Amino acid sequence: MTNSIINLTENKTVFGFWIYILSDCFLFGTLFATYAVLRGNTFGGPSGAELFDLSFVLVETLILLTSSFTAGLAMLAANKHYTTSKNKEVSPPYVQVVGLLGLTLLLGITFLGLELKEFTQFVAEGAGPQRSGFLSAFFTLVGTHGLHVAAGSVWLIVLMIQILRRGLTEPIMSRFMRWSLFWHFLDVVWIFIFTFVYLMGVMI
Amino acid sequence: MQHETHMKESASNGSHGSLRMYVTGFFLSIILTLAAYLLVDQHVNADHAVWSHSFLMIAVVVLALLQMVVQLVCFLHLGRESRPYWNLVVFLYAFLLVAIIVIGSLWVMHHLNYNMGAISVPGAHMEARSLE
Repeated sequence: MTNSIINLTENKTVFGFWIYILSDCFLFGTLFATYAVLRGNTFGGPSGAELFDLSFVLVETLILLTSSFTAGLAMLAANKHYTTSKNKEVSPPYVQVVGLLGLTLLLGITFLGLELKEFTQFVAEGAGPQRSGFLSAFFTLVGTHGLHVAAGSVWLIVLMIQILRRGLTEPIMSRFMRWSLFWHFLDVVWIFIFTFVYLMGVMI
Repeated sequence: MQHETHMKESASNGSHGSLRMYVTGFFLSIILTLAAYLLVDQHVNADHAVWSHSFLMIAVVVLALLQMVVQLVCFLHLGRESRPYWNLVVFLYAFLLVAIIVIGSLWVMHHLNYNMGAISVPGAHMEARSLE
């Protein structure tokens, strides 16, 4: 059982990381509550309905969703490799795995670029975080999610380098699994940002 | 080589999911996202006249929760582990607590005007009421 995939999924490290992710849910939960309380406090500044461009956010959403999907495909490819290859120490060129991870990274960075574009545009229009309670809460919530995506992207770069240099060994597969949990989790958080911030923001 | 076949089996239908699972999750997520987007977009373009506000609120929240479940099952493979389902149990507990924090905060904050009324500053009570 030492090399079996069952061993990995029920790995205590992965379980511990899952608990970390759930504690991150509390962070986002409190930020969502803060945002929901402050969303009407525009202090004479622009409201969400005036600021948000829904079709732009839809593109962001679909990009992040696709990156979550390609991350899943990379995990599948890595698993297949891990369970079928006999000699794990000799590293073959993991074209499929690294290619899919590269695509995921590209999508993640595109998402971040779009988000940054939106933020700088708001600030240029005089709707920065210091403008009103609503905007402070908006930038904190969406910015925290963006920081998580940035951290996930850095982690992904490190992971890709490790896969290329050392191959899909057991510790790297465990890291891979934790990273993929993190990445999928960020997409789940974004569903709620899309719904509660953007959709409900323009709905009023 | 029984060990090896077991390993292969667990790779194809174990808790990592399969290609089918990811594709299903991806398409369901796209459909749910587009449904929520089109509902709201249509409503806003028609000058907020298509749906009642409360219906639209409930609809987008339901669509978001559905998409959360889809992604939890298809991408994070929640509930597909073997007994004793620790991943699922801690998730449900965290979800409950986050719901209490968020709903509780909103509940308290939306009743603040009433509950702050007892302060004996002349006019404070009236002012709080008139803000409602």
